[in-house]
Amino acid sequence: MKKNWFVEILLSSIGKKLLMAITGFSFCLFLTAHLIGNLTLYGGKFFFLSYVTRLHSLGIIINIAEICLLFMAIVHIGMGCLLFYENTKARPIKYAIKVSGGGRTIGSSTMPYTGLFLFLFIIMHLFNFHFVDKGEKTIYKIVTDILSNPFYVAFYIFAMGVVAIHVSHGFWSVFQTLGLNHPKYMPLIKNIGIAFSIIIGIGFGFIPIYISLFA
Amino acid sequence: MIKNINLTLKIWRQDAPDKEGRFETYEANEISTDISFLEMLDIVNEKLIIEGKDIIAFDNDCREGICGMCGAVINGRPHGPQRGTTLCQLHMRHFSDNEVIIIEPFRAAPFKVIKDLVVDRGSLDELIKTYGYISVNTGGAPDGNAIPIPEEIAEKAMDAASCIGCGACVASCPNASAMLFVGAKVSHLSLLPQGKIEAARRVLAMVKKADNIGFGNCTNEKECEVTCPKQVSIENIARLNREFIKACFCSTAK
Ligand code: HEM
Ligand code: FES
Repeated sequence: MKKNWFVEILLSSIGKKLLMAITGFSFCLFLTAHLIGNLTLYGGKFFFLSYVTRLHSLGIIINIAEICLLFMAIVHIGMGCLLFYENTKARPIKYAIKVSGGGRTIGSSTMPYTGLFLFLFIIMHLFNFHFVDKGEKTIYKIVTDILSNPFYVAFYIFAMGVVAIHVSHGFWSVFQTLGLNHPKYMPLIKNIGIAFSIIIGIGFGFIPIYISLFA
Repeated sequence: MIKNINLTLKIWRQDAPDKEGRFETYEANEISTDISFLEMLDIVNEKLIIEGKDIIAFDNDCREGICGMCGAVINGRPHGPQRGTTLCQLHMRHFSDNEVIIIEPFRAAPFKVIKDLVVDRGSLDELIKTYGYISVNTGGAPDGNAIPIPEEIAEKAMDAASCIGCGACVASCPNASAMLFVGAKVSHLSLLPQGKIEAARRVLAMVKKADNIGFGNCTNEKECEVTCPKQVSIENIARLNREFIKACFCSTAK
């Protein structure tokens, strides 16, 4: 049976990359919004809670956003695993020694591993703060309780480092995959990618430290 | 000044595509640093012939860096440690006395080892046959300047066309992807007016063929660009992606 042209595009090597790029870039936008929201934690209990209340008052919009994120996560993780499998299969006999010529970065060479770690992290993160009984405790209390445990503090800081590493390659890679490599703009895009990953890493990573010390 | 060095070579030996391969150790003594890597292997082979042993098989032809026939992985680097150089143009002055050199064939599922360091790169020819060309009627040759092409475009097309099809991009890619090769061919042709006519059909056919052959998927690792002896840029892969998106969504080609 002849496949539909659109399905055929999405399952081609470039199509899979396009799916990775579009979903990955959407996650970058999500991270930006999520970080801005979480920065209200520095404003103290009431400031944070008023942010949370307003966020939840968006109602159906939040539910739609959650479904979109879930759908994109399935695509991103599914395609990521498929790429990893196919790319491993494309070189069945490994080199005795393989040395980088300087093209790869820590980010690019660890994408599947940092990605899978993030998958596990996201599940844990959701069980920490999403699938919890919010009737008895305020979400502020839930956050401060979890982050009073040194294990969680260390784990969250580590995970934010992993996000930064994943995005340090992912960000510019999106533009290359979409064909937006231009000699005038590419250096800027690469720098924005590095700056973005540092901001994400430090921005999120400092929250557990602040909460455990001062809240 | 003439300088000689002694080397220990660990070379991949494999008798046939379906036979098990293994590393064997050879001593290469009194090697002049002025000779090329392939000439060094010639010397090792001459000694093997005198000893009545099977010589080490490796591909080569022009030995001046233009045909794309040579190539092996030297200490983990396809075409050796020198940037922008084919293996035949790599000189022994880049190695030091008593160095151990590990020599392996290019490795990728579509590149079957034929013997020792010789691999079958027919899959790249398959890609060219698929649509790495333009269709024109024969007849009197048109005037070279009949279609004006801006200098910048001509240069970009020429940069892409400098690909010699050696396969080092595939060998160096952590995913064994052939995207730099396909990107170079698609760019070279689609930049020029003669190639634009079939651009959409070409890019769809070549990407599909590369997938079917079993090359990996590009994940923008940039290893191909730093390994390519002709220093073909990954801008050509971005152009390939662009041409692919255009062909998929803005043309009637399937
Ligand atoms: C949850 C589990 C995740 C897995 C398994 C995963 C895996 C991967 C893999 C394998 C790639 C492909 C690398 C490449 O093609 O260059 C990739 C790319 C990418 N990922 Fe993830 N990732 C995950 C989560 C995330 C998250 C949370 C973000 C949010 C920032 C993200 C952002 C990106 C971006 C921007 C790309 C680049 C797309 C491209 O190369 O064109 N990923 N991911
Ligand atoms: S033998 Fe022709 S490029 Fe090396």
